[in-house]
This record gives sequence, C-alpha cells and structure tokens, in this order.
Amino acid sequence: MEEQDKILNDVTQGEYKYGFVTDIETDIIDKGLNEDVIRLISAKKEEPEFMLNFRLEAYRKWLKMKMPNWAYLKIPPIDFQAISYYAAPKKGPKYESLDEVDPELIDTFNKLGIPLEEQKHLAGVAVDAVIDSVSVKTTFKETLAEKGIIFCSFSEAVKEHPDLVKKYLGQAVPVADNYFAALNSAVFSDGSFCYIPKGVRCPMELSTYFRINAANTGQFERTLIVADDDSYVSYLEGCTAPMRDENQLHAAVVEIITLDRAEVKYSTVQNWYPGDKNGKGGIYNFVTKRGVCRGISSKISWTQVETGSAITWKYPSCILMGDNSVGEFNSVAVTNNHQQADTGSKMIHIGRNTKSTIVSKGISAGKSENSYRGLVKVMPKATNSRNFSQCDSLLLNDTCGAHTFPYIEVGNKSSIVEHEATTSKIGEDQIFYCNQRGIDTETAIGMIVNGYAKEVLNKLPMEFAVEAQKLLQISLEGSVG
Amino acid sequence: MLKIKDLYASVEGMEILKGINLEVKPGEVHAIMGPNGSGKSTLANVLAGKEDYEVTNGEVIFEGEDLLEKSPEERAKDGIFLSFQYPVEIPGVPMVNFLKTSVNEHRKHKGLKELTAGEFLKLMREKMDLVDMHTKLTNRMVNEGFSGGEKKKNEIFQMALLEPKLAILDETDSGLDIDALKTVANGVNALKSPERSTIVVTHYQRLLDYIVPDYVHILYQGKIVKTAGKELALQLEEKGYDWIKSENGN
Ligand SMILES: Nc1ncnc2c1ncn2[C@@H]1O[C@H](COP(=O)(O)OP(=O)(O)O)[C@@H](O)[C@H]1O
Ligand SMILES: [Mg+2]
Repeated sequence: MEEQDKILNDVTQGEYKYGFVTDIETDIIDKGLNEDVIRLISAKKEEPEFMLNFRLEAYRKWLKMKMPNWAYLKIPPIDFQAISYYAAPKKGPKYESLDEVDPELIDTFNKLGIPLEEQKHLAGVAVDAVIDSVSVKTTFKETLAEKGIIFCSFSEAVKEHPDLVKKYLGQAVPVADNYFAALNSAVFSDGSFCYIPKGVRCPMELSTYFRINAANTGQFERTLIVADDDSYVSYLEGCTAPMRDENQLHAAVVEIITLDRAEVKYSTVQNWYPGDKNGKGGIYNFVTKRGVCRGISSKISWTQVETGSAITWKYPSCILMGDNSVGEFNSVAVTNNHQQADTGSKMIHIGRNTKSTIVSKGISAGKSENSYRGLVKVMPKATNSRNFSQCDSLLLNDTCGAHTFPYIEVGNKSSIVEHEATTSKIGEDQIFYCNQRGIDTETAIGMIVNGYAKEVLNKLPMEFAVEAQKLLQISLEGSVG
Repeated sequence: MLKIKDLYASVEGMEILKGINLEVKPGEVHAIMGPNGSGKSTLANVLAGKEDYEVTNGEVIFEGEDLLEKSPEERAKDGIFLSFQYPVEIPGVPMVNFLKTSVNEHRKHKGLKELTAGEFLKLMREKMDLVDMHTKLTNRMVNEGFSGGEKKKNEIFQMALLEPKLAILDETDSGLDIDALKTVANGVNALKSPERSTIVVTHYQRLLDYIVPDYVHILYQGKIVKTAGKELALQLEEKGYDWIKSENGN
C-alpha cells in the first residue's frame, strides 16, 4: 500500500526529478541576435579570426534559411531575438581545485549525481562537465594527456589546438547544413573537443554532462571528436535540465571524424525537461549529429536513449566514405504526455563494402507522437554495401501515435538494403498477469519496456545502461491505459 | 478465509454473476464445475481483481478484510493466487527476472528480506523439481513459445514459489495429458496444508481423482445451483451437463 501510494504520489504530484534551479550569478549578454552579438561572443571567448569567420559565414547563411517543416512535429514559432546567446558563470571558467568552485554549483552536481570527485576515476570515467555554456572543470586531463589524448572544452581547444580545430571543424556538419546547425555554428558557446592520436585506445569512457541553467538562455553546444588512424574511443553524453516554464531551445552539433581503422562509439542518454503533463514548458531539442567514416575500415556507432524534451528533432547519421567502413545507429526513444519526437538516422554509403545497421525502438505513451525517420542511401560506387534497418514501435495506449518514415535509395545492383518494422501494444492482460503475481503496474511496464529495448540498452556501457533502464521506467510512470 | 456474499458482476454491461454465495475455510478444497460460459472464469477474475469486471452487488471478505477494495497486486500479495485459464506471453521479460520480482514483492509485503539472485535461484531449483519444470523453460521469456501444457505447468510452478493462502486454479487441467495432469496435481497436493485453501475450477471430473475436493459446486448461468461432496462430480460425469440444464429449466 505504501509503495503504491508513493508511486501514485510521484506520478501525480512528482515534479521533474532534476527540476531545480541553481542560483549562480551569471554573466549574460543581452537578448537578440545580429552580427555584433556574434562578434561579441567571439571576442568574449578570445577566439582567433578563423573562428569568427566561421561564425559569420554560418550566420549569413542562416539568415537566408527557413525553419525546416518536414518533420512530424508541431513546433511553436520561436523568437530568435528573445534569446540570450551567451551566459558564463561570473567567477570565470578555471579552477585549480574543487574548493574554489561555487559551493552551489558543487551542490547541483551532487544532486545530479555528477561525480567530479576522485571516485569517478576509479570507475574509469573522465568528466568534462558543462554548466551553461562554459566548461567549469575538466578532470583527468593529465591521465589522458599521457596517451596524447586531448579531451577538453571546445574553447580551450580553439586556443590550444587551433590547427586541429581548423582542420576538422565543419567537416561532418558543414556550416549551412541545416537551419539549426547553421544557427549553432554562428553562436555556439562551448562544448567538448576530443582527439585520439594514431594507434591509441582511449583507456576510459569519456563522459560529458550537459545542463541548461540560466533562464532563457539558448544552449548551443558543439562537440568535435576526431579519431586518428587505428584509434578507439567510447564517448558518453548525458544531460538533465532544470524545470522551466518557458520553452528552452537547444540546438547542439556533434561531429565525429574517424580516420583509417579508427572506431568511435558515441552513447547518449537524453533526459531534458519534457514539459509538464499538459505539455507546458519543456526543452526544444534540435540536434545535428553526424559522423564521417573518412578512413578505410573505420567505424562509428551512435547509441541513444531519448526520454526527455518537449520536442526532439534528431538524426544521428553516418557518412561511410572509406571502403569497408561501418555505421551503426541504435535508438530507444520514449515519448509520454505531450512530447513529440521525430528521430532516426541517415546512412550514406559512399565507399565500397560499407555496412550499416539501424535499430530503432520507439515507445509512445500519453498523447505523444513518436516518429522514426530514416534515410539509407547507397551511392553508385558503393558496391557490395549492406544495410539492415529494424524499426519497432511499442504503444502504451490508444491516444499516442507512432509513425515510421523510411526512405531508401539504392544506386547500385550489388548492394542489399533490408527494412523491417513492427508495431505492438502492451496489453492489459500482460499487466494484469504481472499484477496477479504481486508486481505493480509501474514495475510491470518497466520490465516489459526494458525487455523491448534490451537490444539497444545492451549497446550502452554498463553503468550507463543501468541508469538508462531506470530512466525508461521513470519516464513512463502512470502511463498505461 | 474467503466469504462471498450475494455477488453480482458484469462485463461490458452484461450481467454474468448473479448472486454467488460461497464460503471457503482454511485447508478446504472446493471444486467449481459447470458448462462453458457459466461464469467460472469470471468469478476467478473478479476475485483476482481484473479491471474489466464490474462488481454491481455483494461483498467478498478475505481474511477478515474487504477484498474488493484492493488492487490486484495487493490481493496477490495478501495470498490470492490465480492460475490462469489462458496464461499470457510477455515477450522480452525473462522468466527468472519475472519470478524473482514476483517473489520479492511478496517478501517485501510480508516484511521479509528480499532474496539475492543466488538465494532466489536456489529456491527456484527446489520448486522446479516439485512440478518437474525444465530449465529450458525458465531460461525463456515469460510463457513465450510454451505449449499449452507447459504454460499450465508454469502456473503451478509459480504457485509453488509464492505459496499462496488461497489458490484459484482456472481449468488448469484442460489441455494436459495424463502425466502432466498428475504432475500438476502432485504440485497442488504438495502445497496442501491446514492453512491453505484451493478453489479448483474444472470442466471435467478427472482432475478431481487427483485433487480430492471437500465440496463440489455447480455454477450455472451465474449462480451456484448445486453444492455437495465429491460424489457430485462423479454424478455430473455420469449424467452430463444436460442434467443440470434440464433441472434448471433449459
Ligand atoms: N472480457 C469479457 N468480455 C465480454 N464477455 C465476457 C468477458 N469475459 C467473459 N465474458 C462472457 O461471460 C460469460 C461467462 O464467461 P466465463 O466466465 O469465461 O465462463 P466459463 O469460464 O464458465 O466458461 C460468457 O458468456 C462470456 O462470453
Ligand atoms: Mg473459463
């Protein structure tokens, strides 16, 4: 009974678990967007000229572009002039030890369970935490440095490794690739940079936690990961955001480049504030993630567990340029209440014998809309290429929607593309069977959903998989009917 | 243990149970027989708390408490076990996870420490022997790809794990060959005790050769029309259900 009450309570009154706001003095520039703002951002960040030019080029192209409207999403109009494009913790971005960091910030980290402390080292995770737009603390850089691995904030990379940034920035996602990517390229505040040198296997999972914190501040993260010949890295991205009434725009860009025989595994658990039960508030998440397998026999895999955001627009993709290169996309996307997600992947086969796999598991509840959108394109020269796509939808009631939009273009006869899709519904009989064995409905749904998503969850690193499992269950509390 | 008083229930607006009265005391075995569609499964589901069934009148007292007020999982944890006539498959959920969660929910409810994976496996092996359950089944997803007989056996296996106060077996014998029937009956009999009661819903007399009832009730058109000792089952076997039908004006 108590257990039951607790869950009921959580479901009906429970606020978004991480929906607290930290009161940190922030340095915010005035709302609005024009060339002066872009120059100001670049100046505040003390950027070299090539960066300013990159931003300005993006901005000028963005001005001529339109919001995409092809997704199965209802996007309210966004006033880009009502957003402030830069916020930095006032105390400045660099601390020598944790003692110097604003205690409120530490408190926030602790609430989020972000382990900045030494224990995390034992767990084998280096953390580059991003609060708002500026990196506050980077750990274990030295350990990584011994191997020649660069893992730092994007701003720092611009200052200390300008040649690498200049060489690879915009290689996977060109400045004007799409509306949101162009906006990001113009105004991005910070993010992460990672370079794995030739022949190096990164000894730990690299992990970044993102968090939106200042009111009304659009968050424009930029991540660039470069894996040189014969290198390997597993990269984790997880994020939570505090409760907000206004909608918050999030338009991140992640670029991955793999050279010969290099491999990058990129895992995400996305848990932005989804809005309340009536669809008020919540993050708008318009993300461009793309990897280019430039080298022969290189590999990029995207694994994502998406449970948050009011609107998700996200298609982690692979461009398979190198012969024998491999692309993977594994996704679990949960939508509940009034959430909308239009997500999927693009696999572009350019090199010969290239292979790609897409596994998409959509889970819809409440009055949400959950769409898979995917493109598999095999170019004429990509002989003997293969793709296999599996798109499954699980419905928890009759008021939600699940949609599948697969696009397939095959340009040569020696390639094989396969697509499978299923739709199923959690039956009341299944729930009742569990109930009759003493298992409450929430737990039953958790078990069924985790079973359904297992194939994808298994691709996540261990600790992340456990977190993701809990998250799935929490996201679906009170949603069967 | 269980007292059903003047119970009426309907499903989708159709009245199925029309005034059931039944008392089950600790240690007793009651058989409920009756032709298809007479409401046997409905009664079982109402007792277990299935949502689709609306109780329109009457009360059910279990262990001194109002049963109808409780959620299905509370009833289960209070000690009511339903062996389903048609157990469902739950794809993606491994048997072992399912059973361990179930056992631990029951233990939490009783204020007992939850079993670790190791302890649970030990308990599971013990109970598997009881009903001759195979690891090839416990290694699968819940009921997935089980034959009809295997599903029934799995129900009794779960009953053995949960040790309910009141077990309701809804046509557990249907679809079983004679060997499986004996195994299932052995499982049920092994759990018999002065505190535990059983309601055996069945269409045929043959199960009652192995699970000997103290009372036999005949349910017909939503009412218990006859109650007697175990000889009633034999009589019914002999005369057939037409006997009941004609006696009740059909
Ligand atoms: N979920 C349901 N929806 C509609 N009708 C039902 C449902 N469950 C049972 N019934 C009806 O109730 C009557 C009794 O069914 P049931 O209790 O299954 O009988 P029995 O188990 O004795 O064969 C039947 O006429 C059956 O069609
Ligand atoms: Mg029946």
